[in-house]
Amino acid sequence: MDLAVLLPAVAFYAFAGAAILFAFGVVAARNPVRSVLFLIMTFFSAAGLFVLMGAEFLAMILIMVYVGAVAVLFLFVVMMLDIDFVEMRQGFADYLPLGGLLAFVLTVELIVLGASWSVSGKAQELRQAPISGDTDNLRAFSEVLYTDYAFFIEAAGLVLLVAMIGAIVLTNFHKKGVKRQNISAQVARRAKDGVELVDIKPGQGL
Amino acid sequence: MMVIGLAHYLAVAAILFSIGVFGIFVNRKNVIVILMSIELILLSVNINFVAFSTHLHDLGGQVFALFVLTVAAAEAAVGLAILVVYFRNRGNIAVSDINLMKG
Repeated sequence: MDLAVLLPAVAFYAFAGAAILFAFGVVAARNPVRSVLFLIMTFFSAAGLFVLMGAEFLAMILIMVYVGAVAVLFLFVVMMLDIDFVEMRQGFADYLPLGGLLAFVLTVELIVLGASWSVSGKAQELRQAPISGDTDNLRAFSEVLYTDYAFFIEAAGLVLLVAMIGAIVLTNFHKKGVKRQNISAQVARRAKDGVELVDIKPGQGL
Repeated sequence: MMVIGLAHYLAVAAILFSIGVFGIFVNRKNVIVILMSIELILLSVNINFVAFSTHLHDLGGQVFALFVLTVAAAEAAVGLAILVVYFRNRGNIAVSDINLMKG
């Protein structure tokens, strides 16, 4: 067996098997903290698949965005909320037959669809951003991302901005009865507000 | 079997998608795991996009996968923020109790 054929195949089956196993761990784990850790491993395996396909840039983005940000966010929320996770698993067995049947049917359908896929003859002319043979993935990305897709990348930035502001506004929480520094009130204060001159008559108090 | 082509990646994506749907079905009481299942589904969509993109030598699919990643990150952030606020107000996050809007 030729090594150039064997090695990618071994790598593919390793990454694909790991991704599927870890993904199953996400939905089947008893403890949500473990679910999050399984999710991280799923994304690592998927990043390996992306590298095998030749999409190195997206693989690195996947690791940075998902493992570095989204999964950690999940981990924070799971650990922050004080929830009885045992109670949450009730009904797992009830929904197992229906869910398993649906997942099985869906898998078979999608695999049959994917296996019988044949690319149309017109596909080559309809390509939006063809990659020439000798450019590597990162260079090809950089050539289209801020030129052909400039407006789309701006829109994506806008989506992230809106999400960030939304998350801050949602979770921002002012506790009542805590003394806070009010800078505008401090700056607006004048001498006549703070000092009062009182004429005291002799022999009398204030 | 040994030459890895488009169909192999589509099969992996199909299995991951089904696991995500399965997770939504069996973890109906746990919003956090439902959100994680949605992330799995979006990941399988991304694998599909990248598989077709590299198969056809067209970068458009990978750019779209980048936008799917963006939207997934935004969705996770806002969803978890809603979850934290809901927990602060109600003291639990049971899906069956989320009926304030009577929808």
